[in-house]
Amino acid sequence: MGLFVAFLLFLGYGFDRFYLGDGEVFFPIGTIAALGVGSVSAFSSYYSGDRAVLLSTGAVSLARALSAATAEGEALKIRQLDNVVEEMAIAAGLPKPKVFVVPDADPNAFATGRDPEHASIAVTQGLLNVVSRDELQAVIAHELSHVRNLDIRLMTVIAAMVGAIALLADWTGRGMRSGIGGGSSRRGRKGKDGGGAALLLAVWIVAMLLAPIVGQTLAMMVSRRREFLADASGAELTRNPLALASALEKIQQAHAPTVSVKRGTAHLCIADPLGRAVGLRQGWLPDLLASHPPMAGRIAALRQMAFQE
Amino acid sequence: MGWFVLGMLGLVGVGAIALYNRLIGLRNQVLNGWRQIDVQLKRRHDLIPNLVNTVRGAMEFERDTLTQVMEARARAVSATGPADAAKKEGELSQALGRLFAVAENYPVLKANDNVRMLQEELTSTENKVGFARQFYNDISTKFNTAQQTFPSNMLASMLGFKPAELFELTDPAERQVPTVDLSMRK
Repeated sequence: MGLFVAFLLFLGYGFDRFYLGDGEVFFPIGTIAALGVGSVSAFSSYYSGDRAVLLSTGAVSLARALSAATAEGEALKIRQLDNVVEEMAIAAGLPKPKVFVVPDADPNAFATGRDPEHASIAVTQGLLNVVSRDELQAVIAHELSHVRNLDIRLMTVIAAMVGAIALLADWTGRGMRSGIGGGSSRRGRKGKDGGGAALLLAVWIVAMLLAPIVGQTLAMMVSRRREFLADASGAELTRNPLALASALEKIQQAHAPTVSVKRGTAHLCIADPLGRAVGLRQGWLPDLLASHPPMAGRIAALRQMAFQE
Repeated sequence: MGWFVLGMLGLVGVGAIALYNRLIGLRNQVLNGWRQIDVQLKRRHDLIPNLVNTVRGAMEFERDTLTQVMEARARAVSATGPADAAKKEGELSQALGRLFAVAENYPVLKANDNVRMLQEELTSTENKVGFARQFYNDISTKFNTAQQTFPSNMLASMLGFKPAELFELTDPAERQVPTVDLSMRK
């Protein structure tokens, strides 16, 4: 998180110093503008994002899922889901979130909403079909932990910063191509502090070129850490880490993309909904790019909590 | 020098207010946690007559088991004080466990959707009672720790805060691992 802020500040500093101003009258107008635009988009999603997400996944409320239930035992499963969510809300001391079912055959679940009072939890039909009651409880506990740890708020702030970084990079790229700006700063630099600033300029240009990738990578890093945290605090609620481990195993076995969940919600799901192969492997590349830690690592960590292995 | 002393006093004052508010917040959460247990126990009492009525037809030969459940419920409802209530609720749990064990022998009941739904409700209510107690114990522990650690312990003892009592099993029989599987695993 701190790394994130530092990276954004560095980019913004370079943008203002080399690109807009001439290094003397320093006012970070570029940074503030980029952060402003990024924040507006992120915060509009903060307030209405839960509805948009639920709408885009085609989630239906429990009451509607119940009236649509025809198969034997389906009504029972839905009732069970409702009960399990309430049990976990009691265990966490939170108000009970709204519950939705997503008509998708791949087992997955996600939480959304800006704070515990406005939270929603959605699970796919596929998850309801494969997990036992205990495992469902573990999955819900994981999602409720995202709510309790305010991960939704955190990821919104991060999205705002990723947006700001992308904007800065975009503006610079555009300006350099069309040749507007930049001239005055280069002249000012030559006269004053020579070599040191030239080096800084070079580093800054490289950073700017890589900015969108680095921004994403940092965001994923935060996301992965929050996944481990949600696993752990979920286990604290159920006092049953093995149930979550076995639920994760089942989810992993049915590993296919969750069609109805879009990229933007990936970090709130229990397992990477894109079904990317990187989520399963270990090594430096998946470590950089995945929104979720490798399944094997999560399962091992949970087993360790139960003093197995 | 005067300003320095004044500043220090101000800082201490602000700190004391923050500590006090934290203690009060925790105490209210503890109270709320305790009420939550009561709410869940009440729900369980309300559910049991339903269950007994649903299974009565099919379980005519098990009058004893059913009566035991109803009697245990009646005792639990009229329990006085937390210790007494804990004991009688435990007995009720055991009576219910026996009922479900016996119900396993009746294929008609196992196949009946209504019974399975009720069984799910009861499982859930048992869980809710358990989780409400867990939350109560967690939050009470936090409250007690805040009262016993520096610097909030000075404030707590000055204002007469009392440690919250943790929920414990009073009946040694309940400590034993239950032999009945109430879950819906297939």
